[in-house]
Amino acid sequence: MNILGILDEIQKTDADIYDKISPRRHVMKNFYKMGKQLSFAALPLALSSMFTKAYGQGSTTPVNDVLNFALTLEYLEYHFYNHTIVGKDPNSAVKDVTFNFPNPTAQQAITTIRDHELAHVNLLKEALGSNARPALAYTNFDFRAGGTYDANNNYQMGGTFADVYTNYATWLKVATAFEDTGVRAYKGQAPALKGNPVLTTALQIHSVEARHASHLRQMVNAAGIPLKPWITYAANGNDTKVEAANAVYAGEQNTTQAGVEITNIAPGVTQAAAAESFDEFLTKAQVVTIANLFIKPAFKLS
Amino acid sequence: MKSEHSNLTTSEKELGKEGYNRRKFLSALGMSTAGVALLTSSSCQKSGWYKQDQNKDGATLDFKDDFGVLNYAYALEQLEAAFYIQVAANPASGFTAAQKAYFTDVQYHEIAHREFFKKALGAKAIGSLEVDFSTIDFSDAASVLGAAKAFEDLGVAAYNGAGVMLTTDAYLVIAGQIVSVEARHAAWVRDQISNGSFADLNSLTALGANNAGGLDAALTPDKVLPLAAKYIKTKINVINL
Repeated sequence: MNILGILDEIQKTDADIYDKISPRRHVMKNFYKMGKQLSFAALPLALSSMFTKAYGQGSTTPVNDVLNFALTLEYLEYHFYNHTIVGKDPNSAVKDVTFNFPNPTAQQAITTIRDHELAHVNLLKEALGSNARPALAYTNFDFRAGGTYDANNNYQMGGTFADVYTNYATWLKVATAFEDTGVRAYKGQAPALKGNPVLTTALQIHSVEARHASHLRQMVNAAGIPLKPWITYAANGNDTKVEAANAVYAGEQNTTQAGVEITNIAPGVTQAAAAESFDEFLTKAQVVTIANLFIKPAFKLS
Repeated sequence: MKSEHSNLTTSEKELGKEGYNRRKFLSALGMSTAGVALLTSSSCQKSGWYKQDQNKDGATLDFKDDFGVLNYAYALEQLEAAFYIQVAANPASGFTAAQKAYFTDVQYHEIAHREFFKKALGAKAIGSLEVDFSTIDFSDAASVLGAAKAFEDLGVAAYNGAGVMLTTDAYLVIAGQIVSVEARHAAWVRDQISNGSFADLNSLTALGANNAGGLDAALTPDKVLPLAAKYIKTKINVINL
């Protein structure tokens, strides 16, 4: 209980110390407060490990590592969508986006999603301050997943998704995989942020990604490829049937939660309903493997 | 431990607010020192959620530990499940076949969530809540969609706002696994009302969303429960929040 003695000592000079570090107070409502809220994430090592213990975290993953990991994923999503939207402007220098959206509503939806991803990038950058990872540019990514590029970063040939910017169906496959990956990635990092006000912000980003995923899946369905807004049961977890995206959905077939079998937990709760009703998480290592497919060699995550 | 308890009691008396904050802080951390257990047990006995007669006294959500948070989620899932069971049983004539099929899906998702919490909580689970959907016209597609949107957006806000209260990794992950499904529902329902409104964060600011930050709704239980109250007949008591 030494820690309580320390906190009581702090309280003598800072009467609000319990308020400031209590996980039930100051639930972060907007990003303007975030810099302040994050101040304890940036505390010197000894003090921050004290708070880690105080919050009973089993994981020692520093908060900044989680946020930088999230920032990388947000850069990936942002640049993918932004290149698309910029490319649809006939006056743009971007000429390789040749597919057409089926209607203006579809393009507007992607613009909305692009704007959210940019907001997430900016929010995480601001929160991390000088601890933020180096910025990633569009040219640091390879959204064809294995394409070759010339010295000026012009696409030459190849890649798993070689036609990502020329074929709307391929583009939708990649976008859906990104959103479903994002949802699973944030979920997996939640325990590392347990009890920390930053967790609330991460959850707020997480559910926005889930809304995006739901809408993109509806766009896939509207394009004539049957897909539900929620991830339904498939033997290998992958209900999109896009084989190259198998890693994104690994484990989504799970129907047992915290030791409770969900299938038939009540009449009508089929295996499909059981798989749909709970999304699954991905570990950081799993997400890194997926993200690296779309990152050029010099910038890959380790 | 004895001396620590007397220290706490002294600080309660002498420091007033500060002592309260310390107690609140400790309980938020799930630290059960003898002193803390004693301080909280007195409030527990008054409401005694583990022995209550729910029909007479209502349901009590005791937020002193993770079980309170899980019961809070259980209460909200009961509400959602009851709503969608009615929607799926007597779908409004205005719904398309695809909409009916997805509402049936959502019904089973919410039943799965409800039954999961009931089973996971076991003897600690609150009883069944009595709902009041008198404000919803189940024969009118727009009325049902509007209510579904309200339930789903509020559900997302509730899980997002309560996550930070959880102290157990497994429960935190489970809450995350459920909230993203609720967000998928919310986006689909919103798109049925107005295609493209799946993540209209500006329309969610009252629930704690922030469009400039790209942040979804998030509300603490003290804000969520009054919004849910009009759909729940059973009295909900809240302690140790």
